[in-house]
Amino acid sequence: MVKVMVYPPTSMILTDLVERKGHEALVVSKEVRKKVDTPGLDSPPLNMTPEDPKKGLKYAAVDVPSGVRGRMALLGPMIEEAEAAIVIKGDDCTLGCTGCARTNELARFLLKTKRIPLLELEYPEDEVQAKRFVFKIREFLEGLS
Amino acid sequence: MKSTKYVVTSQDSDVLPSDIALRIYELGRDINVKEACFGVIIDGEEEDILATVEDLRKMDVTNIFIKDRGFSPGDPRRCRGHRGGGARPGFYMMEHESEILPLISRGLASEARGEDPPSGVETKRRPTLEDLEAMINEEFS
Repeated sequence: MVKVMVYPPTSMILTDLVERKGHEALVVSKEVRKKVDTPGLDSPPLNMTPEDPKKGLKYAAVDVPSGVRGRMALLGPMIEEAEAAIVIKGDDCTLGCTGCARTNELARFLLKTKRIPLLELEYPEDEVQAKRFVFKIREFLEGLS
Repeated sequence: MKSTKYVVTSQDSDVLPSDIALRIYELGRDINVKEACFGVIIDGEEEDILATVEDLRKMDVTNIFIKDRGFSPGDPRRCRGHRGGGARPGFYMMEHESEILPLISRGLASEARGEDPPSGVETKRRPTLEDLEAMINEEFS
């Protein structure tokens, strides 16, 4: 079982396809879960504390907006843990907690420079593309194990 | 450790969220189920959730999609009832991907039949902004 980072890290389609093949998908909701379930001084525990942007300093400089550093506090450890990655190109799909263009650029850059098996794709717009999409992901995931 | 998952059905599926909820009740595991328009949210101990997910997939292998959720159902930090309405954070991503789910389902069905993806076939694509600009210039200039 390989730890596969999916990007966008909230993607249902990629998570599902990765888990169907028996690998572990690294998604941001699992990171959030750890935070909201861990008892701390805050009640209820906060999903983002003032400490998190400081953790993000490992990945982005101090003059980078705190939003980027805060997001990187979640995404950075996932990128470090990843043994492979599937990345969707095209910024219009990176919504939700990844709705930050600079974070997207930084996360993709870090994934590329990590030198791990990486598959870059675009979401399909018709049936033929969808078949190729599923086929490429299956081929990639089978090659990992 | 607790785990929460979304179980989402594609538009092509004949399985209703209520069918999934009934199936979960039949399994008799200690799991909370919340029905939603797109599927169900299930919450419980991780081992129970993983075993249930395997059973649910069998209901419609190519049309049921599963994803993790960070917060439990009804959590006051996410529940619309506590936050005064509005779309739930994360809804937009799910809405965006739900539009593509039928295509992915057909891709998975094709894969299950052992078919190779068609090569050399022209694919349709939406016109880009540049394409639209060229069309408008061509039509109105």
